[in-house]
Amino acid sequence: MTLLSFGIALVAFTVLGPVVGCLLTGIDRIISARMQGRVGPPLLQPYYDVVKLLAKEKRSLNGVQGYYLVIALLMAIVSGALFFAGGNLLLVVFLIGLSTLLFIVAAYSTRSPYAEIGAQREIIQVLAYEPMIILMSVFFFYATGSFNTSAVFELSLPLIVLIPLIFAGFLFVITIKLRKSPFDLSFSHHGHQELVKGITTEMSGGNLAIVEITHWYENVLFLGYAGLFFVWGGPLTLIVAVVVALAVYFLEIVIDNTYARVKWQPMLRWSWIVTLVCTLASMAIFTVLTVLSV
Amino acid sequence: MSAVSKSPWVLHYDASSCNGCDIEVLAALTPLYDVERFGIINTGNPKHADVFLITGSVNELQVPIIRQLYEQMLEPKVVVACGICACTGGVFKECYNTLGGVDVAIPVDVYAPGCAVRPETIIDAVVAGLGVLEEKSALLKKGELVSPEMPPLPSAADKMVQGERVSDTWKNNIAAAGEAPLASVAATSSTEEQ
Repeated sequence: MTLLSFGIALVAFTVLGPVVGCLLTGIDRIISARMQGRVGPPLLQPYYDVVKLLAKEKRSLNGVQGYYLVIALLMAIVSGALFFAGGNLLLVVFLIGLSTLLFIVAAYSTRSPYAEIGAQREIIQVLAYEPMIILMSVFFFYATGSFNTSAVFELSLPLIVLIPLIFAGFLFVITIKLRKSPFDLSFSHHGHQELVKGITTEMSGGNLAIVEITHWYENVLFLGYAGLFFVWGGPLTLIVAVVVALAVYFLEIVIDNTYARVKWQPMLRWSWIVTLVCTLASMAIFTVLTVLSV
Repeated sequence: MSAVSKSPWVLHYDASSCNGCDIEVLAALTPLYDVERFGIINTGNPKHADVFLITGSVNELQVPIIRQLYEQMLEPKVVVACGICACTGGVFKECYNTLGGVDVAIPVDVYAPGCAVRPETIIDAVVAGLGVLEEKSALLKKGELVSPEMPPLPSAADKMVQGERVSDTWKNNIAAAGEAPLASVAATSSTEEQ
């Protein structure tokens, strides 16, 4: 990855990321509505929501909250650009982790008890998915010999064939990252009420709009992770990756609409069990294959 | 139509009365009426809401609560009184403990009558409120939006807004009534304060 290709990716992702993310969210809301026997909102509803939020009166319990959220947004943009430019996957994972961290700090900065409960739940969510995501990067290195996402183009077989169990583990934790039921503990998109509104309780107007836009960028990035497993050989296989990413998104919508929210203990327990089983089994397979080939 | 009127997020508060209108508001949010077609989302957070739906008549204890919810909502915002009790006090208007409709606590923009109010009426009222939202939004952009004047507070509610506790109001009432057996209650609440 050169500086030039990163620059191009940065501009492209900054512009296209929210467009794709907004459309995905709009499609999600329509599909969810149809699954519940409703007509649902217009496709551009998430866009209308954000424009409305930006036009609202500006008020915040702590002025610093807005800065945290803007930096979280920038981190998400840089992280996504790095990913799509073929950059270091480990760095991508840590940058998006930093973005989530700033989001949590933004919630804590208001000292509202409701926002704090949401922030604590967000921390539990990070604890639940982060091991799997980091280990995914490690196994990516095992399989490709590089941390650069561009290394997938040099593979003769896609990652899904090389490390299928890692993809299974990733599929489990992506539900948490996409804020889908049963793991939408810190806040969810649905109209239902919870502890006021979880981590976003004290984020209103423009700040909430920034949260929403950050989430669009994040969604595109996480679906990019899913697509990464289906790219090999040439750029033409990117079509396969896009199709798979959309299929994963649809699967998440189905899960979202068919499962009730769980408590945080089962979420943490199950995501760690899945992480352990998937990574240990993958390690065992790797060792056996290495021994056999020698 | 600007984006403001394409995504009215709703906050629902049920004051008192029979709860019939409360149930009708929830009915309006079910798949049958599917208000998400208009971008309407029910949110439990006043800081995210644009439309404040209130059902039921208002008594003294609720005035500070309703005011606080109203003040936590960001401009532009619209208040919709759902049901005849919320509009005027309805059949409870003459009751000793009822002050009247929602407009005794906060300025109301749209009145949706009915006993119980039909979900269709609620949707119509919210859509009527969108016009007000548009106006307020345009004024906010120009920096000319002036908050409407609050109705004068009833006596007991006034004290509570000024920071006096409910127990103090009770204590004063008891003291005024001069009932001896209840003096112990007053004593307990004063020790709690210390």
